[in-house]
Amino acid sequence: MTMESTDMTQALSAPRSRKVSLPFARLGYGAAALALLAATGVLEGYELFLASSILSYAIAAMGLNVLMGYNGQISLGHGAFFAIGAYAAAICIDRFAVPFALTPVIAGIVGMGAGWLIGKPALRLEGVYLALATFGLAIATPTVLRSDLFAEWTGGVQGLFLLINPAPEWAGLDLDQSIYLAVVGYFLLFAFLTLRLVRGLNGKAWIATRDNPIAARAMGFDVTRAKTRAFVFSVLACSVGGALQAVAVQFVAPDSFPFFLSISLFTAVVVGGLCSPLVGPLLGAVFIVMVPNVTEEIWQGGSWAVYGGVIIAIMAIQPRGLAGMLGWVKGKLTTHTNRKQQTGRNRPC
Amino acid sequence: MLKSTTALVLGLTLASGAMAATYDKGASDDEIKFGTIVPLSGPASAYGSTGTCIAAYFDMVNDKGGINGRKVSVSVQDDGYNPAKMLEQARRLVEREGVLFIAGNIGTPTNSAIHRYMNQRKVPHLFLTTGASKWDDPENYPWTMPYIPSYAAEGRIYAKYIKENMPDAKIGILYQNDDFGRDYMDAFIDQLGDESMVVSAVSYDTSAATVDSQMSTLKESGADVFFNVASPKFAAQAIRRAGEIGWDATQFLVSVSNAKSAVLEPAGLDHSTGIISTQYLKEPTNPAYAEDADVQAWQAFKAEYFPKASDGNWWDWSCYSTAYTIEHVLAQAGDELTRENLMKVASNLEGFEAPMLLPGITVNTAADDFAPIEAMSLMKFDGDNWALFGDVIAVD
Amino acid sequence: MTFFLEQLIIGLSSGGIYAIMALALVMIYKSTGHVNLAQGEMAVFSTFIAWTLVQMDVPIWPAILLTVAVSFVGAIVLERVVVRPFAKADDLVVVAVFVGLFLSIHSLAGAIWNYEVKPFPSAFSDGSISLMDDLSIRAHTLGSLLTTGAVLTAVWFFFRYTRLGLALRAAADNHESSRLVGINVSVMLALGWGLAAGIGAVAGVMIAPVTFLDPGMGLAPLIFALAGALLGGITSPFGAALGGLIVGVLEAMVSAYVPYGIEFRELIALMLILSVLLVRPAGLFGEIVTRRV
Repeated sequence: MTMESTDMTQALSAPRSRKVSLPFARLGYGAAALALLAATGVLEGYELFLASSILSYAIAAMGLNVLMGYNGQISLGHGAFFAIGAYAAAICIDRFAVPFALTPVIAGIVGMGAGWLIGKPALRLEGVYLALATFGLAIATPTVLRSDLFAEWTGGVQGLFLLINPAPEWAGLDLDQSIYLAVVGYFLLFAFLTLRLVRGLNGKAWIATRDNPIAARAMGFDVTRAKTRAFVFSVLACSVGGALQAVAVQFVAPDSFPFFLSISLFTAVVVGGLCSPLVGPLLGAVFIVMVPNVTEEIWQGGSWAVYGGVIIAIMAIQPRGLAGMLGWVKGKLTTHTNRKQQTGRNRPC
Repeated sequence: MLKSTTALVLGLTLASGAMAATYDKGASDDEIKFGTIVPLSGPASAYGSTGTCIAAYFDMVNDKGGINGRKVSVSVQDDGYNPAKMLEQARRLVEREGVLFIAGNIGTPTNSAIHRYMNQRKVPHLFLTTGASKWDDPENYPWTMPYIPSYAAEGRIYAKYIKENMPDAKIGILYQNDDFGRDYMDAFIDQLGDESMVVSAVSYDTSAATVDSQMSTLKESGADVFFNVASPKFAAQAIRRAGEIGWDATQFLVSVSNAKSAVLEPAGLDHSTGIISTQYLKEPTNPAYAEDADVQAWQAFKAEYFPKASDGNWWDWSCYSTAYTIEHVLAQAGDELTRENLMKVASNLEGFEAPMLLPGITVNTAADDFAPIEAMSLMKFDGDNWALFGDVIAVD
Repeated sequence: MTFFLEQLIIGLSSGGIYAIMALALVMIYKSTGHVNLAQGEMAVFSTFIAWTLVQMDVPIWPAILLTVAVSFVGAIVLERVVVRPFAKADDLVVVAVFVGLFLSIHSLAGAIWNYEVKPFPSAFSDGSISLMDDLSIRAHTLGSLLTTGAVLTAVWFFFRYTRLGLALRAAADNHESSRLVGINVSVMLALGWGLAAGIGAVAGVMIAPVTFLDPGMGLAPLIFALAGALLGGITSPFGAALGGLIVGVLEAMVSAYVPYGIEFRELIALMLILSVLLVRPAGLFGEIVTRRV
């Protein structure tokens, strides 16, 4: 119990200690945002597509990190919401010719609706029960998408093609650039939102709820509402990520959303680094997109064997994932005495 | 006709040989680079050996001196049967690695994801191992061409046969709930022209453990003809189950799943006797082809370059025919290794005798016909082996 | 009526399989406090070992016994080498490790034995037993149901009446206090893995004759076994086994009688479980677990 309260006070006092470095951090964020935007002119074709793909996974992972890292709820099924977002965007474009850059907004609304419906009962499940129920959701997703019942809208087993028009001619952007810019826009928006949320009162409520719901309640946090908010935010991010991914690929089909996608999103969050609000999801997204290509080179036909091994190895080296490793390297480089980050319970944050 | 075309092509090759060679990205004086994208991880990995096979085949070609003095380098990529990953891999091959063309890919949903991209980029997207009808559309997609006969065409063959030979049939269908299953079934019913002949059609999903329940439903429907549109594992389960529950319907089995050792033996040869299917390839396990030159060549190739291959796995030997055809197209293109010329050669094959094809079946393409193999033969399983019957049937 | 009975038998046949798999999950959960997502893949890997032995002309029963022994030892090694370093890690990290194991084992099985479908002999008989006109049951189904019963009795007896079983439960519930009363927690955890893998191997050789053997064989049973275990209560061997049977029968009935049932059977199973869990969060027969704080 004493350990818990140290955690709690640490969590509560964190913003104060961060204040000192804030202007510096802001500069860093600004520079990173500019670099992302400037990349539109530097990268081309395949690289832009790859970056769009990675950033859309990163958006989903940012949301999922809030749910899993900050709020401590395990989901193995958020691929389902990624799929809902992707299909919402596809249907918007296919049926109503909505400009592609707006589809994530609609996808987000649809996704939140679905998330609320599913989350309402699911959130009453604890720990491993929630993980397993959501795993079931991941397995059921492609089967449901194939169903004749919705085929008129979803295209059934054939899927849907998205006809995407590039930005107007005066902008001087080709298709890849237009899509990339839209993705970066949403990425920056979600980065801002995530930071605001986890550093604000919501973040405190999430962490308190995760570490000790009873104490959190005693401190006046509404535990149920905190959990629901984390879930809804994660669903929102996943459906927006899914919509952007669908736009980048310009095609959706049931096979685009296998249960492996849910596993990948989970992996992105944990391997990227729990509770690292931005860097973790970004590194995690790079990991799930790029590393399978590398492991395939290492052992063709046994690539998952290597991939799985890499995941376990990263967890063994640093439970806080790639972001944790990065922090460690940074700590070594700057001679700052690294603040003791781990308490005995090995909470990742 | 055949001879004159060969002569013409030969003449063209010689003529272009005299001129300076022309290249697109991915080809040079000493190398031709192409890519193939197949599922090597994930649930569809069983089909991935096609990629390994094509790469092994060109190892053999290179050992024999390459094609017109050029080595061929094949980049095999994994898409995990995910359309999004397929697009990523295709773009990587085309834009980063700079391949001349992409050939031999597996899967309808995956190739759908790059259909438009390949055609916008004008990069040949050749000899796909998928039987969706949409690949044969030279007018709108002049850069995409399949290899295997379309599922729809095969479905029509069964429908015709049933209408001619058992006009009063009550048909029960088991189909895989994806584009593969739907293509077969839709064309089959369309050709029947009388939907009421189908008394029951039940689907299964590849995530299922068994199809036992579906088989009971089909038997219960009173059907006396069973059309089995399933991938190998489930096809075998269905055949075995039909035998176990004593449903003695006349069975029709799609060609993807008619390998004796991979499907019929697990299902039980006694349960498999009398099944009707179609074939356009020579199955290496069939003793009828033991002395066949193609099959022997395949065995030699397998022994030296592709030892992991299995005679019973359709994907392991049908790819030999695909790879040979790719080699043929590259050889015919001579020194004019441009993407446009490749499509010109590929869409100008007339009576080309690709290996493993049954006698009387050849590869034929034209500028307005992007369906290389358009003939199949019916066959019946006699308890030990498949036996062809009737003439080779042309499909369109 | 015959049709209904036939569906019932089909349901019991797959339900029996889910039940053994669910028992493996109960075993690991009761002795380590975790649900191993890789349990299904481990079972498949074990089955491939049995298949290899059978190919080497080892008779089926000795092959199964040998496989169970190999799986038991293999899982202990796996626990020691791979899982042990995460004994104190956060739940999320442990799940990530299970995901890694899942992918690795699946892929290894494919790389070693390839993805071609392989027939696997029944440990009982390949024949069927006729119950009445037009209705028969596979001898294998009867055999695997009996096996489920036997495994269930053994697991129940083990946890209920043996010191070792009690020690395993204690070790999972509370590491510190168990240590104080002289239980070697580290041995217990390894033992839990070994026993779960042994039961998984039995599940595998019961599944393979029905579905045929390939690396993808483990996923469908795992999902429905999980559903069964959650439904019946993952702390109760009896509840989990019954849950497995219920899910199996339900799956068959939904597929046969509900429109679109085949496409939605997973979703329906999921919704059923959710609704049960909302009323009884620990499942039908599970005990409420007080959370370790």
